[in-house]
Amino acid sequence: MSTKKFMYLNRRAPYGTVYALESLEVVLVAAAFDQDVSLSFIDDGVYQLVEGQNPEGIGMKNFSKTFHALGDYDIKQFYVSAESLEERGLSLDDLMPLVWEDEDDDWAEKPSIKVVSNAELTKIMSEQDVCLSF
Amino acid sequence: MKISIQINEGPYQHQASDTAYQFAKAAIAKGHEIFRVFFYHDGVDNASRFTIPPQDDRNVVSNWASLDIKNADGEPELVVCVAAALRRGMLDEGEAGKNGVDGNNIHPAFRISGLGQLIEAGIQSDRLVVFGD
Repeated sequence: MSTKKFMYLNRRAPYGTVYALESLEVVLVAAAFDQDVSLSFIDDGVYQLVEGQNPEGIGMKNFSKTFHALGDYDIKQFYVSAESLEERGLSLDDLMPLVWEDEDDDWAEKPSIKVVSNAELTKIMSEQDVCLSF
Repeated sequence: MKISIQINEGPYQHQASDTAYQFAKAAIAKGHEIFRVFFYHDGVDNASRFTIPPQDDRNVVSNWASLDIKNADGEPELVVCVAAALRRGMLDEGEAGKNGVDGNNIHPAFRISGLGQLIEAGIQSDRLVVFGD
């Protein structure tokens, strides 16, 4: 089967609607298909990566921990919109420290999240074969 | 061109499914192939055979069924995500039996399957077009 570049574009807050959770479910399945997978986060989607989520009070499951597992599935390209962070008073320091292990570099842990401008993200999106929007 | 479609919204509440249907119909008329239509999120509700719209309104479910999108083996390629369907009470005969539920509601022009079918559609098709909010 051929390899394509798949991007999962996350635009919504983690709770309030089911889009974020069901997007993550697609990404987990996608990991089994040996494709070139990246995730991007714009608008309220950046809240999905915020550290220290605790939705117990609203009766929801905290699925944000699943993002930590994605590095083990070789999903290590997380692009976060700099403008979307700034508009919400957030910075990289507010996000979960997601890492992946580089087997070519003695399994060194490297950051998965890259903050990019919307212009850079536009360019990365245009290089994709498939872009799934949630 | 080989085209697949993902639909993320339910019928009537949202126009995504109608627009996708019009798109699919036009693409087929132009000689393109619809490889698969994948129903996700509330989009799974587009597959209910119990949908009864008022008589002067379109029937979104039978519109989809009328396109008769099937693969070479004659199986429907209107595919409903199983995980999204089960949590929204959409079941075919097999899932109803497995889960001990006394009924099923998937229209026979549709079939239930896994999310892998969406990824596969992305790999196999020239274009994957997403309809939703």
